[in-house]
Amino acid sequence: MIGTLFHSPCRDCPLHQSYVVHPDDIGGRQYTVALAGNPNTGKSTVFNALTGLRQHTGNWPGKTVSRAEGRFVHDGTTYRLVDLPGTYSLLSASTDEEIARDSILFGQPDCTVVVVDATALERNLNLVFQVMEITDKVVVCVNLMDEARRKGIEVNTDQLSKEIGVPAVGTAARTGEGLRELVRTIAGVIDGRIPTSPKLPAPPMAAKSLVDELVPKIRALFPGLRNARWIAYRLIEGDYRIRQALMSGELAALARNETESLSAQPLETVPG
Amino acid sequence: MSDSTAAMREKASAAELLQRADALRERIGGERFRDELVATLYRRAEEVVAQSVRRRRPRVWLTDETIDRILTHPVLGIPVMAALFAVVFWITVVGANVPSAFLAGLLMTDGGLTEPFREYLGIDAPVWLASSVYQLLHALFAVLRAPPWLSGFIVDGVYLGLAWVISVMLPPMAIFFPLFTLLEDLGYLPRVAFNLDWLFKRAGAHGKQALTMMMGFGCNAAGVIACRVIDSPRERLIAILTNVFVPCNGRFPTLITVASLFVASAVARPGTFVASLVGTAAVVGVVVFGVITTLFVSWILSRTVLRGEPSAFILELPPYRRPSLLRVLYTSLIDRTAFVLYRACVVAAPAGGIIWLMANLNIGGASIASLVYGFLEPFGRLIGLDGVILLAFIIAIPANEIVMPTALMLYMNQGRMVELQGALLGAVLTDHGWTLLTAVSLMLFSLLHNPCGTTIWTIWRETRSIRWTVLGAFMPLTIAILVCAMVASLARLFQ
Repeated sequence: MIGTLFHSPCRDCPLHQSYVVHPDDIGGRQYTVALAGNPNTGKSTVFNALTGLRQHTGNWPGKTVSRAEGRFVHDGTTYRLVDLPGTYSLLSASTDEEIARDSILFGQPDCTVVVVDATALERNLNLVFQVMEITDKVVVCVNLMDEARRKGIEVNTDQLSKEIGVPAVGTAARTGEGLRELVRTIAGVIDGRIPTSPKLPAPPMAAKSLVDELVPKIRALFPGLRNARWIAYRLIEGDYRIRQALMSGELAALARNETESLSAQPLETVPG
Repeated sequence: MSDSTAAMREKASAAELLQRADALRERIGGERFRDELVATLYRRAEEVVAQSVRRRRPRVWLTDETIDRILTHPVLGIPVMAALFAVVFWITVVGANVPSAFLAGLLMTDGGLTEPFREYLGIDAPVWLASSVYQLLHALFAVLRAPPWLSGFIVDGVYLGLAWVISVMLPPMAIFFPLFTLLEDLGYLPRVAFNLDWLFKRAGAHGKQALTMMMGFGCNAAGVIACRVIDSPRERLIAILTNVFVPCNGRFPTLITVASLFVASAVARPGTFVASLVGTAAVVGVVVFGVITTLFVSWILSRTVLRGEPSAFILELPPYRRPSLLRVLYTSLIDRTAFVLYRACVVAAPAGGIIWLMANLNIGGASIASLVYGFLEPFGRLIGLDGVILLAFIIAIPANEIVMPTALMLYMNQGRMVELQGALLGAVLTDHGWTLLTAVSLMLFSLLHNPCGTTIWTIWRETRSIRWTVLGAFMPLTIAILVCAMVASLARLFQ
């Protein structure tokens, strides 16, 4: 939006470059992108490749001990990239999982990128589904495509996108393969050009009636909340943090926030 | 006013919702619900993968799975691991002798490289290599008419300290670190954690402690910082307090030097294949003993001051990667070897000067050094060492790297000048009363004693507790003294 204001032939002139007002500086929208993923999927490598920063990477699970942040610019828009700790799930069994989950739930990033290992897609999808329960603005980054090819594993990312309802991009962050496409997809999901409608696994049979009872109640209480079903899951399981958020009004604030951001961006497709 | 009533209504309905959810949970059970939920996720993942992933026969016949079937085999895993490390140590023990002799000749032996050239190359050294830097420096100071105290302090103190560190420490480091970095880069270290996981669980500690232990091989301070990957504070403290029981960069060369120079030659003829095997076995034995101590102390801690159940975790085995040779060389030689050598030199230079002063300043006809190690002698004997070695350990608190060089310098200053030759170091030690017991005790003490200054400081920074820091320093020291005293009395019993 702001970027187009400055789109003129003289934008390549060095003088213009030094005088141009960065969107950040005039309170222009800066988008937040969260980077989630299992440990050892090359998440830090993706982070470094996108931001040009040098987080330490290594052939170790759990190398990223604390959260890192960086920026990248695409088409004149700045994106803030937050590297979440690597986790296998978001069921909050450890501090790392809690940090990752709270960043996605309460931090409300404009887009969440889940980095998955192309050679172990099945195990990695578990996390993708859990993220999709919380937010529908998801891009799946199928990393280590080179390694997968070497092992004779072929991932059809188009088919994968169709199956899960959010875009999937194949990358090999170590060589830079697919990163341009990844950035384009992130931008597209944020500005609504690429619609997302996550296809979530049905709730467990044994608990279907419980979920069906709770979800309308949650929707009635927080009309703007997008992830009523996930909240229902958490409440049935007895998740301490979510119970607390419910009682303290944090969830209500979250719901109001989401209603506002929806009305502020009328172009966005609202998933049924 | 209406705002607050709305808020109150919201709160009331939230409480109602919560009550209903709790009632529903009674029906199914939170645990079971989670299991069912995860099961649906995995079922769906399976369907998705069936639609979007195709597997062809891999292009390479040796896949990670095949390799892991052997390296993480329930029975074979640990022996294969021990064999792998044994090979690394053996190469180090065998390879370090020759460069050590050349460096000692170049830097400090009378006659320079004459002897190493004759012994290893079978030719006479050129004339300009027939005197060592040490001799040249003395000649230079003589020409400059420097007073004896100055040349003594600078050349016999500071310079000799540095020369000892370089000729004794550099060769084993320059061989061991590239090999270790190679294993690390290949992705082998997490497999070690996998193999040892059940042992740590039995000890009431976290399986990831095996990973932090592997980091400790590089540097205990780094190992203590790596304990951050363990979430549970209880298990993290256990990992921090026991990290010192794996020998670090700074202590490995000491172990390797003593093992190859002394243990090996005390059992077999020096320089033979059998001697190298004995030296390797000694190093492997000490490392295994360190791991056993780690497990035992973890077990004690988790049943006393740090009681609790081990928590579960997922350990993913990363794919094996072809290491990049340049990166391995850079990491091992610049990041590790040069770093450790630099640290050792920074401590060794002033230590050399201090040792010279202690050896040459007299109080009542005896040098300060001899008074101090004379005082420490009875206690040293009790634990199989001697006063000089104990004094060396005290001087080396800032950096464990300089224990051997310091001890050697103290011996050399005991009045009798001994012909210094790399290959004859063992003879120097024998001359000063070393026995097999002394060598074994020194290796054990080096393995178990208090962490170096940097590590102690790091323990404080990570725990922010004086109590745990004091325990982290004195618990290993006590264990070292007890174990060495036990070994010494057993050895004397059977003599």
